[in-house]
Amino acid sequence: MPEPFRVILFIIFVMAFAGLNAAYLVWCERKGAGHIQRRIGPKEVGPFGLLQPIADGIKLMTKQLFLPKGADPLLFMAAPLMVMVPAIMSFMVIPFSETFVAREVNIGLLMIFAFASVNVLGLLLGGWGSGNKYAVIAAARCVSQNIAYEIPMLVTTITMVMVTNTMNLNEIVRAQAGWFFHWHIFRLDISLLMPVAFLIFFVCSLAETNRAPFDMAEAESELIAGAYTEYPGMGFGVFFMGEYANIVIGCALSVILFLGGWQSPIPFHPVGFLGVIWGLFWFLTKLYALIFTVIWIRWTYPRTQFYELLNLSWKVLIPISLFNLILTALQIKIFPWL
Amino acid sequence: MSGYFKELISGTKSLFIGLGITGKYFFEPVVTMQYPMEHVEMTPRFRGHIELIPDEETGEPKCVVCGMCQKGCPSKCISLEGEKREGVKGKVLTKYILNFTTCSLCGQCVESCKFGAIRFSKDYNLAGPRKEDFIFDLIKRLKEKS
Repeated sequence: MPEPFRVILFIIFVMAFAGLNAAYLVWCERKGAGHIQRRIGPKEVGPFGLLQPIADGIKLMTKQLFLPKGADPLLFMAAPLMVMVPAIMSFMVIPFSETFVAREVNIGLLMIFAFASVNVLGLLLGGWGSGNKYAVIAAARCVSQNIAYEIPMLVTTITMVMVTNTMNLNEIVRAQAGWFFHWHIFRLDISLLMPVAFLIFFVCSLAETNRAPFDMAEAESELIAGAYTEYPGMGFGVFFMGEYANIVIGCALSVILFLGGWQSPIPFHPVGFLGVIWGLFWFLTKLYALIFTVIWIRWTYPRTQFYELLNLSWKVLIPISLFNLILTALQIKIFPWL
Repeated sequence: MSGYFKELISGTKSLFIGLGITGKYFFEPVVTMQYPMEHVEMTPRFRGHIELIPDEETGEPKCVVCGMCQKGCPSKCISLEGEKREGVKGKVLTKYILNFTTCSLCGQCVESCKFGAIRFSKDYNLAGPRKEDFIFDLIKRLKEKS
C-alpha cells in the first residue's frame, strides 16, 4: 500500500475508533450502570437505546458555546483539545494486530507516557482558565493525584521494559507468544509479583484517567463537575471524548504489557489477512473485557476520600512497585534459574 | 508492619467481594417497571376513588338510589339522583357524581351501602391540570368501561 494512502487511512481509522469508542462506551457505561443497579438503562432512542449517543451528541453540539466571565479565553478553549489530541495521538503506536499498527515506533511506550502527561496539563489549564473556584480546586487535586499515580505506573512500566528489553509495543507483544501462560501476568518465573504488578498498573491507569473511584477531577457531589464546571456544550463533550479515549489507551496498555496484546491464548496464529483479523479479535476481546471491568469498578466502589487516595499511592503502590522492580531485577540477573 | 500487610490483603479481598456482588447483580433480572408502558396490578385492599358495580345480567348499576352513601359521606362529595320508570321495580339511577377533590377515601359510602352497589376502584393514574378533571360522573364511567 502506498505510504500517504496508508497514513490517511490510519488517521481516519484512529479518529473514527476514538470517536465511536467515546460515543458507545457512554452507552455501555449507562447500560452497565443500569444492569448493575438492576435497571434497564437507556432504551427509548433506537433499539436497546443504541441511538442514544447520537442524540446526546446532537444535544451537546447544539448548545451555545460561551466564555464565562473572568475566564482566560485561550486556555479555556485549548484545554479540551489538550485532553483529546494526546489521546488520539497515542493510538498511533498501539498494535491492534501484528501488522495492524499505524507506526511501529521503537519508543512507543515512552511516547504514550509522554502524551499521557499532557492530559493532566489539559485538565489543569481547563480548571485554571475557567476562573471558577471549584474548577481550580479540582485542577489542583487532579495534579497531585496524577503526580502520585504516575510514579508507581512508571516504575511498573520500567519493570516491564526490563523484562522485555524493548519499548516497542509490538515487540513486547511478540515476547508473549505461545500459550496464555506466556503472557506476562502469568510469568511468575520472571517476577513472583507479576499479578500484583498488573493490579498496580491497572489501578494507576484508573487514577491517571480520572476514573471512579479516583474521579477527583469531576467529583460531582463535592465540586459540581470539577474542572469541567464552566464548560458548555461541545467543550465538555471533547473533554468527555478525551476521557474515554484515555480509558481505551490505558486498558490497551494493560493488555499489551500484561495480557499478551494480540496474542491468542493458544499457540495458533494464521498467516496473512486472516492473521490480522485473528490478532485484532483477541486484542479487542481483551481490551473490551478490561474496559468492562473499568465500568464495573465504577459502579461498585464509592469515590475515595482525597487523602485516602494519596495514602494508597504513597504508602502502598509506590513501595510495592519499587519492591517489585528490585525483585524482578534480582530474578533476571542474579537468580535466572528461578 | 504485619498490620500493614494484613490490612492490605483483607482490603484487597473486600474489594473483590464487592466486585462479586455487583457482578452477580449484573446478570440478575431487572426489578424496575417501565411505568408508562407497564402498570402495577393494585393490591386487593387498595382504595382508589369509588365506582359503581354493574348488575351481572343487565349491566345496569345495582344502585337503588337509597341515598345512604350520600348521607354517610362526611365530606359531602357524593351527589346522586334517581327516577321512577315504567315496568322497573324501585328507582333507577340517573346521576351519580363524585367530587374527588374533597374525598378522603374514608370508605363510609362503601360501608353504608347495603346493596353492594359501590366499591373502591383500582385507578391511580389520576393526575390532571384542571379541577373539573376530578368531578367524576360514575354512570358515564361505568358505561365506558363495559
